[in-house]
Amino acid sequence: MTSVIPPRAAVRADPAKSRRYGAWYVVEHKLRAVRAYFWTMLVTAFGTPFLYLFAFGVGLASLVVDSQGDEFVDGVGYLQFVAPALIVNAAVLVAAEEYMFGMLLGFKWNAIFIGMNSAPLTGRQIIDGMFLFVAIRAAFTAGIYFAAVALFGGVISPWSVLVVPIAMLTAFAFSPVAAWSATITEDRGQFNIVNRLIIMPLSLFSGTVFPLSQLPVFLQWIGWISPIWHGSELSRQFSYGPTEPIWLSVIHVLFLLALAIVGWRLTVHFSVKRLDR
Amino acid sequence: MSAPVIVATDLVKTYKQTAAVDGISFEVAPGESFGLLGPNGAGKSTTMRMVGAVSTRTSGHLSILGMDPDAHGPEIRSQLGVVPQQDNLDTELVVRDNLIVYGRYFGLPRSHVAQRADELLEFAQLADRKKAKIDDLSGGMKRRLTIARALINDPRILLLDEPTTGLDPQARHILWDRLFRLKEQGTTLVLTTHYMDEAEQLCDRLIVVDKGRIMAEGAPAALIREHSSREVLEVRFGSERNETAAADLAGIGERLEVLPDRVLVYAQDGEAALVEVTRRGLEPITSLVRRSSLEDVFLRLTGRSLIE
Amino acid sequence: MTTAATYRAAQRRDTGGVRALYSGNARAVLGRGLLATRSTNWWIVLTGVFEPIFFLLSLGLGLGGLIGTVTDSAGNDIPYAAFIAPALLAVSAMNGAIYDSTWNVFFKMHFGKLYQGMLATRLGPLDVALGEISLALLRGAAYGVTFLLVMQALGLNLAWTALLALPAILVIAFGFASLGMGITSYLKTFQQMEVIPLVLLPMFLLSATFFPITVYPETVQWFIMALPLWHGVELVRGLTTGALSVAMLGHLAYYLVMIAVGLIFTTRRLRALFLD
Repeated sequence: MTSVIPPRAAVRADPAKSRRYGAWYVVEHKLRAVRAYFWTMLVTAFGTPFLYLFAFGVGLASLVVDSQGDEFVDGVGYLQFVAPALIVNAAVLVAAEEYMFGMLLGFKWNAIFIGMNSAPLTGRQIIDGMFLFVAIRAAFTAGIYFAAVALFGGVISPWSVLVVPIAMLTAFAFSPVAAWSATITEDRGQFNIVNRLIIMPLSLFSGTVFPLSQLPVFLQWIGWISPIWHGSELSRQFSYGPTEPIWLSVIHVLFLLALAIVGWRLTVHFSVKRLDR
Repeated sequence: MSAPVIVATDLVKTYKQTAAVDGISFEVAPGESFGLLGPNGAGKSTTMRMVGAVSTRTSGHLSILGMDPDAHGPEIRSQLGVVPQQDNLDTELVVRDNLIVYGRYFGLPRSHVAQRADELLEFAQLADRKKAKIDDLSGGMKRRLTIARALINDPRILLLDEPTTGLDPQARHILWDRLFRLKEQGTTLVLTTHYMDEAEQLCDRLIVVDKGRIMAEGAPAALIREHSSREVLEVRFGSERNETAAADLAGIGERLEVLPDRVLVYAQDGEAALVEVTRRGLEPITSLVRRSSLEDVFLRLTGRSLIE
Repeated sequence: MTTAATYRAAQRRDTGGVRALYSGNARAVLGRGLLATRSTNWWIVLTGVFEPIFFLLSLGLGLGGLIGTVTDSAGNDIPYAAFIAPALLAVSAMNGAIYDSTWNVFFKMHFGKLYQGMLATRLGPLDVALGEISLALLRGAAYGVTFLLVMQALGLNLAWTALLALPAILVIAFGFASLGMGITSYLKTFQQMEVIPLVLLPMFLLSATFFPITVYPETVQWFIMALPLWHGVELVRGLTTGALSVAMLGHLAYYLVMIAVGLIFTTRRLRALFLD
């Protein structure tokens, strides 16, 4: 066995490259780590849309059609109505997982952020890389979902493919969760609480499987502040719309963008602070 | 002598009023092996993080490889290798992938990193563990992998924060051997430790740190010469009797140190001191003559043991 | 050591069999669990109550208005909210039991190393299994009572037999907890644990929870009827709506078998893992 140190390499570290592509190196790392979860991830990514579309788009749809007739809401079938919102929801769920577990994993359980930062990467690059990875996961999830919807016959307009970027934007609108995660040092089950008391209610009261107007007014407000409602309504405009005035669509976009940018800036802020001990 | 690679002047790091590092100054020359010796909480790790360009200093001057870490963090870090106190290997990746992703952070091409990873796995005696999961490695293997990872970019300075803490004696010796080879090859080593033997083995020069301040500076042998005698006689009379026996020992050797469990007699000739002890009719339960060590220096300077 | 204790310890070594597995002290394991819950994660346990309530409010109110009434398996037309409420109750019993018997057990087994410590004492594997399962059941009972009260307040308990839904969900939770703990003992990594939701999701969505299974082709129906949750949903729904039928005895029997199989399986596994 050789125990001599390998001779000094001719290729040197290139800080200019680290400065420029740092965030992408983080993405590369995360993609490599996905290998360990590849099969469950693949089964989830393909299985979930079929299950939900089967349950809601076929099973529940038959109940709704029985009592409301064929084109009960927005003038389209129930499948066409739920599909965009289901896609948005799915993207939000994978993003939330990264915002919570991905962040604490990197800071604490697996501490890869500390390692990245002791190499040339900056806190800003690490977070940008995480968000790029979220974008990839959200796009992957939403993309497969969209294909499944098409297979179920839920796509009626070519514009409805825009649901994929809208789902990504909605996923980004949950980034304040990542900012909060960046401040957590001790895991006392806070993530369960946020899942149960924030993310799940936001998803349940966002007019996903029924129009928001069906809810009593005292519950409707949850939808108005929920990125999932804004994202779902926006993607419905492109899937079969328009069903609302243009100014409301603009508000959806602005609301989602604002949350995404604020969340991203805050995540960078808290992470840089946390790394600089 | 060529220009120093690290220059620290009056370095201070304050966390909410408490100063973890309280005005430390030192220089490290290229190729030198430099140690920070001190008990837990002395400010060694904080100093290391500042030198590693990941922790912003509160005040003072710091220059690493001629650059200010506040402005050139990434440029500095791309020439450093860092072995943190706690291994932060990615448990989601196998051994070899850990090196590869890390190498990529430095902007190194994939093919180069892959080749380098294999060379370093040989060096770290982990070539047969390439595809192993991190959780399946022993503590010593993880440490060696972390060192291999720190070498992926051919660093000019290698920073090691307590490299052998928690390892068994055999694993420590393997690690020391690897570090010694790096030193021979000309890599600048900066390490913290609270093991005297480690500091004596690996460091050309060191500073003794306590409560964020430097207590002494110099080569291990010089420090021992300066702050201790050549030999030390350790005698135990049983916890009850050490104090009273010490009174009877007065005058033997150059100096006495009474610890809860034993009495230390600092002397040029330990055996002669022991003869004198018995001549005075004292009968220690055990006695031991040894060469003076850095532990004694630290004890002299602070009145406390290094490992508490 | 007292004479009696020495005697019992000696007897336990000699006779083996059930005595080697069970020292009659599952209470100690349960007690530890309650203490740990009180000092660490009681508020997490508390928020678990809201999960089914949110579902009921959202789907019961939101979808209820669109759907109106649904025909249950006994042929009665019932309001949509009254149709899904018992299903959500059964689902929450399942989820609670699965959480306590899978993630919780997984962490204790691999990170806390709690069971090694317990089994080094006089406690046997059956004590541990029963103790952990009782903890899951207590939690399930607390959620169940709360949810039944919410149902009562919303007028969704259609018959007095709804009272019997409480023991029914305990049986359901017992079934899932005993089986879940045994299965968890085989899982070694986080990646393997990820498989659990993959099994739960289809059960949750398709087991007559949100719509009758008659909307499916017959083969799919048979498949769903083989899964445990469907039996739980049908059992609880029969009780809260008062549409009692002989089939409910069949559902009950399904769970009794599941409990027996789960307990035997889990005890054997714990014994193989820690004692042999």
